[in-house]
Amino acid sequence: MGFFSRFLIPNPSPVIYSSMVAIGVTVLLIIVGITHFKKWFYLWSGWLTTVDHKRIGIMYLISALLMLFRGGVDAVMMRAQLAVPDNKLLDSQHYNEIFSTHGVVMILFMAMPYIMALMNFVVPLQIGARDVAFPRLNAISFWLFFMGAMLFNISFVIGGSPDAGWSSYFPLAGNEFSPHVGTNYYMIGIQIAGIGTLMTGINFLTTILKMRAPGMTLMKMPMFTWSSLVTSIIIVFAFPVLTVALIMGTMDRLFATKFFTMTDGGMDMLWANLFWVWGHPEVYILILPAFGLFSEIIPTFSRRNLYGYRSMVASMVFISIYSFFVWTHHFFTMGQAAYVNSIFSITTMVIAIPTGIKIFNWLFTMWKGRIRFTVPMLYSIGFIPLFTIGGVTGVMLAMSAADYQYHNTMFLVAHFHNVIIPGVVFAVLGAGTYYWPKMFGFMLNERIGKWAFWFLTIGFCLAFFPMYITGLDGQARRIYTYSESTGFGPLNMISFIGAVLMAISFVLIVYTIYYSIRHAPKDVGDDPWDARSLEWATHNPVPEYNFAIIPQVNSRETFWDAKYKGHELFKGDYEKIHMPNNSGVPFIMSCIFFVFGFALVFSIWFLAIIGLIGIFVCMAHRSFEIDHGHYISVEEIKETEAKFRGVNKWK
Amino acid sequence: MKIKWVLLAFLSTIVNVLSGCESLAVLDPKGPQAQTQANVIWLSIAIMAVIVIVVCAILVFVLTKYRDSKLPKDYEPPYIEGNHVVETIIVGVPILIVIFFSVVSVISNNKVEATPEGYKGQDPLVIYASSSDWKWHFSYPENDIETVNYLYIPTNRPLEFKLYSFGPITSFWIPQLGGQKYAMSNMVTTLHLAADESVEMMGRNANFSGKGFAENTFHVEAMSQDKFDEWVKEVKETAKPITEVRFNELLKPGHEGQLTFTGTHLDFSPAPEGENAGHHHGSSDSNANSKGEHMEHDHKSSNSKEKSPHKHE
Repeated sequence: MGFFSRFLIPNPSPVIYSSMVAIGVTVLLIIVGITHFKKWFYLWSGWLTTVDHKRIGIMYLISALLMLFRGGVDAVMMRAQLAVPDNKLLDSQHYNEIFSTHGVVMILFMAMPYIMALMNFVVPLQIGARDVAFPRLNAISFWLFFMGAMLFNISFVIGGSPDAGWSSYFPLAGNEFSPHVGTNYYMIGIQIAGIGTLMTGINFLTTILKMRAPGMTLMKMPMFTWSSLVTSIIIVFAFPVLTVALIMGTMDRLFATKFFTMTDGGMDMLWANLFWVWGHPEVYILILPAFGLFSEIIPTFSRRNLYGYRSMVASMVFISIYSFFVWTHHFFTMGQAAYVNSIFSITTMVIAIPTGIKIFNWLFTMWKGRIRFTVPMLYSIGFIPLFTIGGVTGVMLAMSAADYQYHNTMFLVAHFHNVIIPGVVFAVLGAGTYYWPKMFGFMLNERIGKWAFWFLTIGFCLAFFPMYITGLDGQARRIYTYSESTGFGPLNMISFIGAVLMAISFVLIVYTIYYSIRHAPKDVGDDPWDARSLEWATHNPVPEYNFAIIPQVNSRETFWDAKYKGHELFKGDYEKIHMPNNSGVPFIMSCIFFVFGFALVFSIWFLAIIGLIGIFVCMAHRSFEIDHGHYISVEEIKETEAKFRGVNKWK
Repeated sequence: MKIKWVLLAFLSTIVNVLSGCESLAVLDPKGPQAQTQANVIWLSIAIMAVIVIVVCAILVFVLTKYRDSKLPKDYEPPYIEGNHVVETIIVGVPILIVIFFSVVSVISNNKVEATPEGYKGQDPLVIYASSSDWKWHFSYPENDIETVNYLYIPTNRPLEFKLYSFGPITSFWIPQLGGQKYAMSNMVTTLHLAADESVEMMGRNANFSGKGFAENTFHVEAMSQDKFDEWVKEVKETAKPITEVRFNELLKPGHEGQLTFTGTHLDFSPAPEGENAGHHHGSSDSNANSKGEHMEHDHKSSNSKEKSPHKHE
C-alpha cells in the first residue's frame, strides 16, 4: 500500500463523510469558543495540568459521557440495520466496524472511565484522605486513557476502524484477513489506555491501604471503597495479561511475528486464551464498583444501615479471586474435553452464589427501611430484578452442554447486555445523579431524571428481551442482515424501538444536566440526601484540600453517627495543609504517547522513534525535577471554611 | 386493581412467549444431542424462573410496605447487622441449586461429547466439515464424495463431524441437531451428532469471520439411509472429481452456491490432525509453495486411519 492510501477509509459511505464534516466543524467551534471567551489559560491551569483527584474524576466523567454518546450512536445504527430483513442501510464492512467499535468504546472507553470517575472522586473522600497516594501518576493515568480513547476514535475518519469484533480473534484480526490499519488502532489505542488503567489500579490500591483516616480499619471502610480496593487488585493482576497479549498482537501485525498465525507454529487459540484471561476479570472490574455504588445508594434512601456488611465484603473478595477461574467458558466450544468444560462450568456457576448473597442483602437493607424513590434509588431498584434475570441467564450459559446452543447467538448478546446495562450503566447513572451535588454544588432535576429512568428501563426491556428468543431461534450475533424467511424480523423491530427509547433517555439525561444548570437552586447544603458515609461530611462543592481537619472514624457509618449519635468527627485545630503542585508533564507526555501511537498505527518509523524519545525525556525530566508541593496556610483554610460556615457543624 | 391488571398482562405474556418457544429452532430438536441440550435449557429456565419470581416478590413486598409515604411520620428504621438464619438460607439455597446444576452439567457434558444415546456401537458416518471464506466444504471419505454449502445426512446413524478451517475461526452449528463447535486452522475438533427424522434444516457458521459472515450458511437435509445411498450413487455418476486446482480456487474469499464433487480434498490437502498436528508448518493456502513437499508425508502419517473404511468399499 502506498504511504498516503493508508490514511484513507477503506470503505467510505455518505454517512462517514457527513460525520467527518460534523467532527471537523465541532472541533473548530470548540477552538473558536475557547479563544473567544479567553479560556485557554483557565483550561491549562485549572484542568489540563491538574493533579486534583476531584477534577480528574470530573474529566473522566465528561469523557465517559462523550463516549456513551459515540457508543450509543453505534448501537442505534446497528439496531436500525437489523430492524427489517434484507436492510440496505449499512453494508457488511460498515456494520462490522460499528459493532467492533461499539464493544470497545462501551466497555473500555465508557464504562471503565465512568467507574474511574466515581472512584477518583469518591474514594479519597470516603476514606478521609486529601488526595490519592500518587497524584501526578493519577493525572498520567487519566491522560493516557484519554489519548488512547482519542486514538481509537480517530480510526473512524483516518484509515478505517477495527472490524474483527471487540474480542478481535486472530487469525481474522491478522494481516492476512484484516489488511487495513483498523486493528492496529485497536491494539495500540487499547494498549495506551490500558497502561493508564493499570496505574490507576496501583494508585488506588496504595491509596486505600495507606491513606485511610485514623480509626478506619478495613472492616469499617464504606462498601464502595471496599469494592474499589478489590477492583484495584483485579486490575493489577489482569491488565498485565492484556498488555502482553496486545504487544504480541501488535508484533504480529507490524513486525510479522507469528504468535497468532495459522502457519509457522502460530496458535490462533492463544489469543482467545490471553484475551479472556484478562477479559473475564474485566467484567468484574466493571461490576464490583457498581455493586459498591448500589451499596451506598440503597442504605441512604432506605434510611438504614447496609444489611450483612461482612457477607458483602466476603462475597466481593470471593468474586475477585474466582474471576480468574472462569475465563475458559468463553470458549467452551473450542474442543476441549468434557471434563475441562465440566470444571469451568462449575467454577462459573459458583460465582452466582456470592452474587445472589449480595442481591438478597440489598433486599434486606430495604426491609424495615424508609424508602424514598429518588432518581438514584430508582436506578438501584430497577437494577435488582433486571440484573437477577441477567444473572440467571448467566447460570444457564455456564452449563456448557447448553452453551453449545447459546454460544455466539443473540441469546449471549441479550445476557451480557442484561448484566452490564442494569449492573454497570444503571449504577453509574444512579451514582452520577447521587454524587452530582458533591461534584458541582447543585442537584439534578428529579422529574426529568425519572422520565429518563423510565425510558431507559422500558427501552432496555424492549431492546434486549426479544434477543433471548431470536437467539434460541438460531439468530447468530454479528450478522449484518438476514432473510425474511428466518422470521427474525418482528422481534428485531421491537429491539430497534427499544434502542430508540434508550437513545431518548440519553437525550433526557443530557437535558436534565442542561436544565439543572440553568434552573436548579445553587445552595443545597453539604448533605442534600441525608447520607451516611464520610464523603458527605465535606463541603459542597468540595474544597481543594477535601477535609480541613482529618476526620476521626469510630464506626462503619461514622458520618451518620456524627449527625445523629453525637460522635465528634473533627477534633483539633486547623494546621497548614500540604498539597501537590500542578504539572503539565502528564498531559504533554500523553500527547507524545498519542503521536507515538499514531505513528505505530501507520508504521511511520521516524515519528515513532521521535515519540519514544519524547516519552523517555518526560520520564527523565521527572527524575531531575525538585518539586516539594505547596502548603495551604491556616488563614486560607479559615477563610474557605468561613465561606462554607465552618467545619464543626455536625457537632 | 391496577396491579392486578399488570400481573395479568405479565402472566399472559409469559404464557404466550413460552407457548411460542416450541417452534424456536433450539427448542425444536431433531436429534438426541439437541434433545439433551433442549432438556437442560428447559430445566434451567424453570428453576431460574423460580429464583427470579422469588426475588421480584420480595422486592415488591418490601417496596410496597416500606415506602416513605406509607409509613408513620415518626418511624425510624432499626439498625440490623444481619441474621444468621437468614444468611444461612441465602447462602445455602444457592449452593444447593449450584450443586444440582453442576451434576446436571457434568452429565450433559459427557452426553454431548460422546456418541449419541441409542446410537452406541454403530459405526459412525465420518464427515469432514471445513470452512473457508465464506463457504463450507463437506467431505465424505467413506463415500468418496464432497459437497460445498449443503449437507445430506442419513437418519438413524451416528454422525462424527471433523471440523477445521482454512481461514479465520468459524463455528459449525446446526441448531436443530445440536450445539456448535469451533473449526480452527491448526487442529481438528470433533462433534458428535445424529438425526432422528427426515427433515430439512438450517446450518451456519456462528462465529464472526469477516465480511461475508452473514451469508455463511448451509442447507442440511436428513434422509433415510436408502435415500442417502441413492444420492451418493447419483453423485458418483454425475458429479465431476474435485481437483487441487479447483479446490484452491474455492478457498479464495467469496460466496458459492451448492456444489457437488466426487473424491475429497482430503486426498491432496489433508486435515490438520493426528500425531503431527500443529507441526505442519505450511499446510495452509497462504503458503502454497511448500505444500507439495509436505503433501505425501501428511497423507501417510495422519490420514491412513480415516481412509481405511473407504478402501474397503
